[in-house]
Amino acid sequence: MGFNHKHLIDLREYTADEISLILDTAERFRAVNERRIKKVPTLKGYTVVNMFNEPSTRTRSSFEIAEKRLSCDSLNFSGSGSSVEKGESLHDTVHTLCSYKIDAIVVRDRHAGVPQKIADISGVTVIDAGDGKHLHPTQALLDLYTIRQKYGHIDGLQVGIVGDISHSRVCGSLIPALKIMGAEVTVIAPQTLLPARPEVLGVDHVSSKFDEVLPQLDVVYMLRIQQERLEGAPFPTLREYNMLYGLSKDREHLMKPEAIICHPGPINRGIELDDYMADHPTRSKILDQVYAGVLVRMAALYLLLGGAEDGITA
Amino acid sequence: MELLLKGAHVIDPQVALDDITDIRVVDGKIAEVGKNLEPVSSSAKVRDLTGKILTPGLVDLHVHLRDPGLEQKESIATGTAAAAHGGFTAVCCMPNTKPITDNALAVEYIQSVAQQVGKCRVHVSGACTQGEKGEALSEMGDMVAHGAVAFTDDGRGVQDSGMMRRVMDYAVQFDKVVMSHCQDEGLVGKGQVNEGVVSTRLGLAPWPAEGEELQIARDIALSRLTGCALQIQHMSTRRGIEMVRAAKAEGLKVTCEATPHHMFLTEDDIQDDYNTNLKVNPPLRTKEDAQALIEAVADGTVDVIVTDHAPHIKFEKDREFEIAPFGMIGLETSFALVYTHLVKPGIISWQRLVELMAINPRAVLRVEEVAIRPGSTADLSVFDTSIEWTVTEESFVSKAKNSGFLGHTLTGKPTDVFVGGRATMEEGVVCE
Repeated sequence: MGFNHKHLIDLREYTADEISLILDTAERFRAVNERRIKKVPTLKGYTVVNMFNEPSTRTRSSFEIAEKRLSCDSLNFSGSGSSVEKGESLHDTVHTLCSYKIDAIVVRDRHAGVPQKIADISGVTVIDAGDGKHLHPTQALLDLYTIRQKYGHIDGLQVGIVGDISHSRVCGSLIPALKIMGAEVTVIAPQTLLPARPEVLGVDHVSSKFDEVLPQLDVVYMLRIQQERLEGAPFPTLREYNMLYGLSKDREHLMKPEAIICHPGPINRGIELDDYMADHPTRSKILDQVYAGVLVRMAALYLLLGGAEDGITA
Repeated sequence: MELLLKGAHVIDPQVALDDITDIRVVDGKIAEVGKNLEPVSSSAKVRDLTGKILTPGLVDLHVHLRDPGLEQKESIATGTAAAAHGGFTAVCCMPNTKPITDNALAVEYIQSVAQQVGKCRVHVSGACTQGEKGEALSEMGDMVAHGAVAFTDDGRGVQDSGMMRRVMDYAVQFDKVVMSHCQDEGLVGKGQVNEGVVSTRLGLAPWPAEGEELQIARDIALSRLTGCALQIQHMSTRRGIEMVRAAKAEGLKVTCEATPHHMFLTEDDIQDDYNTNLKVNPPLRTKEDAQALIEAVADGTVDVIVTDHAPHIKFEKDREFEIAPFGMIGLETSFALVYTHLVKPGIISWQRLVELMAINPRAVLRVEEVAIRPGSTADLSVFDTSIEWTVTEESFVSKAKNSGFLGHTLTGKPTDVFVGGRATMEEGVVCE
């Protein structure tokens, strides 16, 4: 089937078939990543700029590995310590980058809406690697991949997302994507951590009673408490947060036998998850998510840039 | 100096005029109003205004001229030229200049520059607290002595209720209006857009309606307590309107204003392109709020239409939504928006437009009234309602182009403006 997207910013512009195509393509790249030489020449000669205007280790590493394994040339451009910090406008920075004759920009920014603005300004392919409290589409794709890997499908699954929904760009992409793929989504949080209108994201149910919801869930998605993003102390102490919304061994008896645990990382051990749950041999899919991140990012770059077929199909 | 304006359809509810009639202006004052007037002196200037509408000059009592200190955005010269281009004969400028207009010297500066280069009258509002910090009273008395007409900390709300009470208690002695920008900083925080659908959809910090309504409720209570006249600035919410309606029914000295952008744009207009021209303070609200404002304009709850003309340079607006400044320009689209969306579809009459944009603003500011009758100062605005035009960046005389209405097609345009009988715009072109 065809793939007609130029950018990966808002997954709401994608159909279930298109998302499935990305996941299927990621699956093909899994085979590549299992080889001794984990590299294909498909994007040879393409130049991708990783424009990270906000500190990020994991997402950037994941994109870099994906780019290397696709044989494209990449440039890491970090906003801090460079032109952006010297007061250059986004406009001028993007025009400067584009003058290098690049093919794509992978952008992380602390301000919502920046990837779309770059897409409008630059004319090159833009992949949103997380913007403000808005979107994080590759995170959503790797989550979908991980969930599909476990259950073989996504539709009909009960997914519970626990924690800081209002400051979460993961939710901005993951919840609409889960809805597109047919899952039922419950968010579990105190009202201080909820956006004004959760239903706008596609949320089916809102609850602040973790123990009541937990027995129904196939996927328990624990969000990271981003202490750097919390304004106005939305809960009294981390201890109390852990008591009400933490997933620890003493809640395991409430979980379905097959239920899995996801987390976008990095984990705050002892806050969202205890060691037992974070390292659970069958339930915890956290490292599978990290691996899936490389696969879906390879798939996205490949599909968006229209890479050559050679070398992928073993 | 004689000026004879012939053939315009003159509308002025103050003198129950709604007819084609001629106006003779001598030495800046209206000398005669009647049919088939002929020039008296040989040097008389005669203007044929057949097919046009003529009203008392429009006044915008909420304008940021950005002068002193922020002249890269707008200046007294360019801001008043934009006002003339928009059909206004006077504006009231806000004190959040750099430095803040909170003393007599600053008031004098604006007035003297406006006297030299202004294309319309400039009424000056002074800050009600020193530096708009909300901590100590400004020298309102000295500012009044030098011509200030009103007091406001526009741009931010006075946070401390005791301070706001002191402002209003103190202002009573000057018989001046206190104009209140209602914003509870504790609730609003770094809010960017209306709390609700748009804040959730775009992942932007929410600016709840209640952040405005709390201070509206408080200031109405303080007006009751102090007896001070209160003008609530740029109303944006339905419940705010209900509170003002109740205050008026109670007989309090409470008036309020609404902007075209809060009536004719909503949060739904802010799409995924994060158009920063739609970032205003208070934010664009819901359809229901906008509808409530329109109803309140029609039924008399809203007294004045203002623009909150807030010029910013293109590069300042052309950036990340969360760090772009608040505000949009409005002087040059205000009349056409009100005509297109309210008068043309019959929601309000021409008479009501004249009340909202010419009569009531003067009453709120307690400045000289202007009516189409002999003896009145000849501040006059003339409109052509047969013109259809599309708003583009080239439409604007203002230094700034940050309009949220770019691309909108509107009906009606001011063509001629007279300030004290002197033309400031002729046939759509601002006079040199």
